[in-house]
Amino acid sequence: MAESLVFIIVSLIKSVVLVSLIMVSVMIGVYLERRILGFIQLRYGPNRCGPYGILQSVADGIKLFCKQDITLPVTEKTIYILAPLIAGVTALFPFVAIPFADKIAPDTITLFGKVFDLTKYSLNRGVIADLPGGVLFILAVSSLSVYGVLLAGWSSDNKYSFLGAMRVASQMLSYELFLGISIMGVLMITGSIRMTEIVEAQKHMWFVVYQPLGFILYMIAGFAEACRTPFDLIECENELGSGFNTEYSSMKFALFYLAEYIHIITISAIAVTLFLGGWQGPWLPSGIWFIIKVACLFIFFIWVRGTYPRVRFDQLMSVGWKYLFPIAMANLIATGICVLFL
Amino acid sequence: MRKEIIKLNVGPQHPSTHGVLRLLVELEGEVVVSCDPDIGYLHRGIEKLMENRTYHRSIPLTERVDYLAGAANSLGYVLAVERLLGISEIPERARYIRVIVAELTRIASHLFWLATHGHDLGAMTPLFYALRDREIIMDFFETWAGKRLFPNMFRVGGVARDFPDGLEQEIKKFALELPQRMRDYETLLTKNPIWINRTKGVGVLTKEEVLDYGLSGPMARGSGLNFDIRRVDPYLGYDEFEFVVPLGENGDTYDRYLIRLEEMRQSCNIILQAVDRLPKGDIMIEDYQVAFPPKDKVINGEYLIPHYLLVVKGFKAPKGEIFHHTEAPKGELGFYIVSDGSEHPYRVKIRTPSFVNLQVISKLAKGRLLSDLIALIGTIDIVLADVDR
Repeated sequence: MAESLVFIIVSLIKSVVLVSLIMVSVMIGVYLERRILGFIQLRYGPNRCGPYGILQSVADGIKLFCKQDITLPVTEKTIYILAPLIAGVTALFPFVAIPFADKIAPDTITLFGKVFDLTKYSLNRGVIADLPGGVLFILAVSSLSVYGVLLAGWSSDNKYSFLGAMRVASQMLSYELFLGISIMGVLMITGSIRMTEIVEAQKHMWFVVYQPLGFILYMIAGFAEACRTPFDLIECENELGSGFNTEYSSMKFALFYLAEYIHIITISAIAVTLFLGGWQGPWLPSGIWFIIKVACLFIFFIWVRGTYPRVRFDQLMSVGWKYLFPIAMANLIATGICVLFL
Repeated sequence: MRKEIIKLNVGPQHPSTHGVLRLLVELEGEVVVSCDPDIGYLHRGIEKLMENRTYHRSIPLTERVDYLAGAANSLGYVLAVERLLGISEIPERARYIRVIVAELTRIASHLFWLATHGHDLGAMTPLFYALRDREIIMDFFETWAGKRLFPNMFRVGGVARDFPDGLEQEIKKFALELPQRMRDYETLLTKNPIWINRTKGVGVLTKEEVLDYGLSGPMARGSGLNFDIRRVDPYLGYDEFEFVVPLGENGDTYDRYLIRLEEMRQSCNIILQAVDRLPKGDIMIEDYQVAFPPKDKVINGEYLIPHYLLVVKGFKAPKGEIFHHTEAPKGELGFYIVSDGSEHPYRVKIRTPSFVNLQVISKLAKGRLLSDLIALIGTIDIVLADVDR
């Protein structure tokens, strides 16, 4: 009884800390994106709110919060209201299984005169739930967020949003498959799908060295999953006028906005864990290394946004199925042969 | 499976219609079944307004026809009126200033096209690079005329104001630097596989179709039709300048993109030649029946009275009609003026390039995707003020 209580309390503390960290990093991320894009595009970006404009995200958040929340007289009202919630919440799910630090607590603690072993269920480590099937869990829940966008576009009763929703469906079909296959090589090398074990297996060498192709494929799929340039077809302001979230205002819109950035962080975090050695690194504490690596990938997302045009949605499908999927398969087979004979 | 056709109103308020264009699009999935442009949201009746104004007072109106290339429009109008009056020679300095300004306007218009066309296809960064360079041109106009978009400095018989000291050198410096800066755009777009995929094979036009639709400007040259009025029917002494008229091979959006980039380089080339040859001297003819006397002499009664009469009553144009066309940045810009011998034109018809070029969109968009439609609006390079007048 007491043991499960400790389990619940420790997990709760970890979740709350992690969620607040993610929220803060989203705010920093939005600010960073606008500043870095400004830097790329020979302009200043936000520089009025606070020193160097760092309070811009706070101001934006307050503004969105104070806006009138317009609920349209749509036919499917429940879905219309639920959709942003689905998008916002499901984006957080994958973080349950991502190890963000090494040990964050001692092996045992003494509470009420009793000694509790925290190594059980990896309670003392920097991961909320060290699931035995971590990678599978992440793959499963990360595609859930598509529902938020799909239902939002469908229930908005707007043709532009509807087109955005149709695009997200076809987009998901084309990237989800090679996304899964691209990380399969890592699992073969490790021989485990537990996230913490994958991180520990990279103690001497990052997997990006053994799996460069897998990393590139995963990042391409990641851009598609996060719906970022060059694959931001579903919002695509130039064609669809923001697509699926056209009809949302105030906090409902803010949730979509939040979800988009959480998504980028999630994709970066998964890439860091699977390919870039996770929290491992010299000198600095493990959590700091994790944040640095994720931030680097996040900035890479912004950099690409400042560089590339947008692909057409049939081109994404054909590239996904005709080129990237076979390449991912070939990579998988080659890795299999290497693991078997070397 | 039941198929349903979605009717979609693209515009008049839409981020990518370059103004207030409304496209009635019928979609089957994302494929455009039919596309019907609906124009007239920016109709200001410029042609009608010109009938009640003296010839000089219409010049500011004409600049607002294509607001991204103001000076190019008033140039066309002023040349037409000069031809109507039989003025064949204007002072050399005025002529070269006109050429320099016209070419600067062409660069500004093409830069703005590059900015919006790139942004339509999702490339954000070229927008800011192109607008930075356009801003320099705007600054030139501001130094020269005090106004940025519409310098309003062309007059019948010359130009109203001379270049201030040092501006020629600034313009020369800019014309030398721009081709180097354009390498930035090239690295961002020209060899970018996504950009090539988005533009190659989209909106293909053959030479025959170009002639059928009466297209002009880069839309015609993209399909290999060698039709540049500066070459075919030279005005302002364009035949004495050395420049290449770039021609496309495939007639698609990518070719037109390359052509507009090359045209900017050629315009820089023309500007350099014109600045080098720019002579000293007058900027206005001395026939004060039609041309304004110099401002510093207007204190003198000899000049004051013609100046007063010109401002209040205007000049009478001989009876007759005239059509004069120039190569505006977007294509063939023609002014057809009918004069009944009074101070006002009887009728003015402006043949604007955007209006004629826009009609091809129904044909090009059919069977393409919605995303291609956006690319097509960009490649036709319309300005809705130019379409509706």
